[in-house]
Amino acid sequence: MSAHDTYYIPHKATWPVLATAGLLTFLAGFANYLNHSSIGSPMMMLGFAFFIVMLAGWFTLQATESESGMYNAQVGISFRMGMMWFIFSEVMFFAVFFGSLWYTRNLSVPWLGGEGIGAATKEFLWPEFEAHWPTNGPAKLINGLPTKDGEFEPMGAWGLPLLNTLILLTSGVTCTWAHHGLLANKRDQLIKGLIATVALGFLFVTFQAIEYHEAYTEMGLTLGSGIYGSTFFMLTGFHGFHVCVGAIILSVVLFRSSRGHFKPENHFAFEAAAWYWHFVDVVWLGLFIFVYLM
Amino acid sequence: MSAVIAEHDEHDEHHHDDHAHGPDKGLLRWIVTTNHKDIGTLYLFFALVMFFVGGSMAMVIRAELFEPGLQFVEPQFFNSMTTMHALVMVFGAVMPAFVGLANWMIPMMIGAPDMALPRMNNMSFWMLVAGVLLLASTLFMEGGAPAAGWTLYPPLVLQTGKALPFAIFSVHLLGISSIMGAINIIATIFNMRAPAMTLMKMPLFVWTWLITAFLLIAVMPVFAGAVTMLLTDKFYNTSFFDAAGGGDPVLYQHIFWFFGHPEVYIMILPTFGVASTIIPVFARKPLFGYSSMVYATASIAFLSFIVWAHHMFTVGMPIAGELYFMYATMLIAIPTGVKVFNWTATMWKGAMTFETPMLFSISFVVLFTMGGFTGLMMSIAPSDFQYHDTYFIVAHFHYTLVPASVFILMAAAYYWLPKWTGNMYNEKIGQLHFWLSVVSVNILFFPQHFLGLAGMPRRIPDYAVQFADWNMISSIGGFIFGASQLLFLYIVIDTIKGGTGEKVSDEVWEDAHKHGLEWTLPSPAPYHTFTTPPTTIPTEHI
Repeated sequence: MSAHDTYYIPHKATWPVLATAGLLTFLAGFANYLNHSSIGSPMMMLGFAFFIVMLAGWFTLQATESESGMYNAQVGISFRMGMMWFIFSEVMFFAVFFGSLWYTRNLSVPWLGGEGIGAATKEFLWPEFEAHWPTNGPAKLINGLPTKDGEFEPMGAWGLPLLNTLILLTSGVTCTWAHHGLLANKRDQLIKGLIATVALGFLFVTFQAIEYHEAYTEMGLTLGSGIYGSTFFMLTGFHGFHVCVGAIILSVVLFRSSRGHFKPENHFAFEAAAWYWHFVDVVWLGLFIFVYLM
Repeated sequence: MSAVIAEHDEHDEHHHDDHAHGPDKGLLRWIVTTNHKDIGTLYLFFALVMFFVGGSMAMVIRAELFEPGLQFVEPQFFNSMTTMHALVMVFGAVMPAFVGLANWMIPMMIGAPDMALPRMNNMSFWMLVAGVLLLASTLFMEGGAPAAGWTLYPPLVLQTGKALPFAIFSVHLLGISSIMGAINIIATIFNMRAPAMTLMKMPLFVWTWLITAFLLIAVMPVFAGAVTMLLTDKFYNTSFFDAAGGGDPVLYQHIFWFFGHPEVYIMILPTFGVASTIIPVFARKPLFGYSSMVYATASIAFLSFIVWAHHMFTVGMPIAGELYFMYATMLIAIPTGVKVFNWTATMWKGAMTFETPMLFSISFVVLFTMGGFTGLMMSIAPSDFQYHDTYFIVAHFHYTLVPASVFILMAAAYYWLPKWTGNMYNEKIGQLHFWLSVVSVNILFFPQHFLGLAGMPRRIPDYAVQFADWNMISSIGGFIFGASQLLFLYIVIDTIKGGTGEKVSDEVWEDAHKHGLEWTLPSPAPYHTFTTPPTTIPTEHI
């Protein structure tokens, strides 16, 4: 393995410590903001701007190094492993919220309604509560406050969510089409495919924003609508955030492609972005089935 | 991809054949370093500092419990101390110390030039510092540091003052740090081994870290998700853990322990790895049952995912759940028993010598086994109803963490300090440190078994007078143990400054070069090692 002795080991990395400083400033600002401190918001913005500048700098450095051929095949394997295991950690993060949805729907809400070990719970806490799904709980929470007969309307599956499913699935196809273009050195197909993928990604986010707006203004469905609202918005919200991130990554890949970056045999950034995009796609399918349909 | 090799010109100072390339001068070296040895050193020093910070908190706890009644601190502050002591020790001391060892040793043990992703390696260290800074800042906030226990159970933890969001974001940063570190370790082990270093020839320390890294990537996001739900429950009206909205506080406990149980193995598996590395060298025998050690480690890791609710036997689970988690938990005794058997069999008829690393390792085998047995006692659900949340559990997990993980970290320091510094530590003071530690740790923790069985609850600043005697003895043990660790600090500094003055050989310990690649390198290990992979590897450890 002659590749071994040419493994590229960088020296003097300045971006990582700056990234940490930016993230620390952002989170400390966020915490101050939550504590109603006036320095919170400016700190958050400062830290966020810092973080974005850092990302741009670090990725530019990596792209320049990659294009000048400093990474051999073995370095490429390290990068790919890094991305794969990062996506695995993301899978586990979403698993928490899917697991919480499963637990509340199948265990804790029925227990509250008196099933199984919940007989005494029902009798002593909320004797009138009948288990059902969707629910905003025995206290009928609306905007986080107990009400007498507060109702909300659950999100249906067949309007925008179905359209969004088709949009994301199509974007998976255009992403793969772009990849085929890259592999066959058809730069035109690569660029068109990426433009379509990014556009579909942002279209998805736009539709989701419309859906949220409807939920908040017309359906009484908010983060504070009991456990249904909590699980609905946390799952779809974190997913939407990941779609945004994925679309931004793909935009960067598109920009680099338009500058002539990537070769058919070496295009780690494209692969990583595509893997991430497919991961986001699969999570959405899970959401569509378990949050919207069932 | 041979085409890329020639492209190194403008980065000549990076050229890997340049053995003379040394570290930069000054403070900036440590901030921007990507060298695995530098970063390992940073991690180890950081962990040592945190060991004393967390230790000071333990001293506050033991001082308050020296006698019944309130002596020194307010109950709220006392609870902050138990909470922060645990968080600092787990996330600031033990885990970073093992990551430091991984950074230093894994590339040297597998014949790699460095870690696979050096820039990310730097970032994961600084993320750790940032996370601990956020956590430490909570000590000075209105309402005090978190005081609900390191498990951060709702609804109690939601009563925390201004510290709550800081503590939660600290967990996020520590999680990011651990995940990046773990990804790096996996990529290094899978991708950077010398060609001759096949998987089943890897030193056990490398194997245990590979499996630990997998656990980290699997569970740190779970903890991040749990505390995120705490954050939205507190600040954004969600009701994940609020029954009024249809949620359930017990859900938090399930999620926490789905993280928490693998987490405790994250602290013990590398411990096993170091013990399996040290014991064969001082018994002058190959490790007994190498492959069974690998499989036992993997089995323990697998079981760690399916036993979490044994931390929650008294929470009111369905009886089927109690039974399942009871039996599944007992299974862990089997692969753990395999390991204890193998360490003992490695020593059997060995030509043993008792230098400080070996002394710490042997006491680890004995005292960890005791911690394991009390664990088995508590796995029995009906008995656990008696032990739950008493000093018995405190004694149990301290036996598995202090005379196990911490002792093995001490053993590792004594074992590898000569390789790191090129100097020999003072064996006499090392032995004194060992004997003081091993005696006082038992005075400290053994009486806590009695206290727990008699019903003394954990996490309280005051107690009934019937518990007075054993608490006083435990506190005395604690003070001796705490003071003894200053000897360790002295030895580490003394060894770095020159130690006994005797120059150590490359192999340091008799025939150690037959056990591990690191002993084939010069002492101290040069700044860059294995820029070309070694062609032969030692196999005596197998």
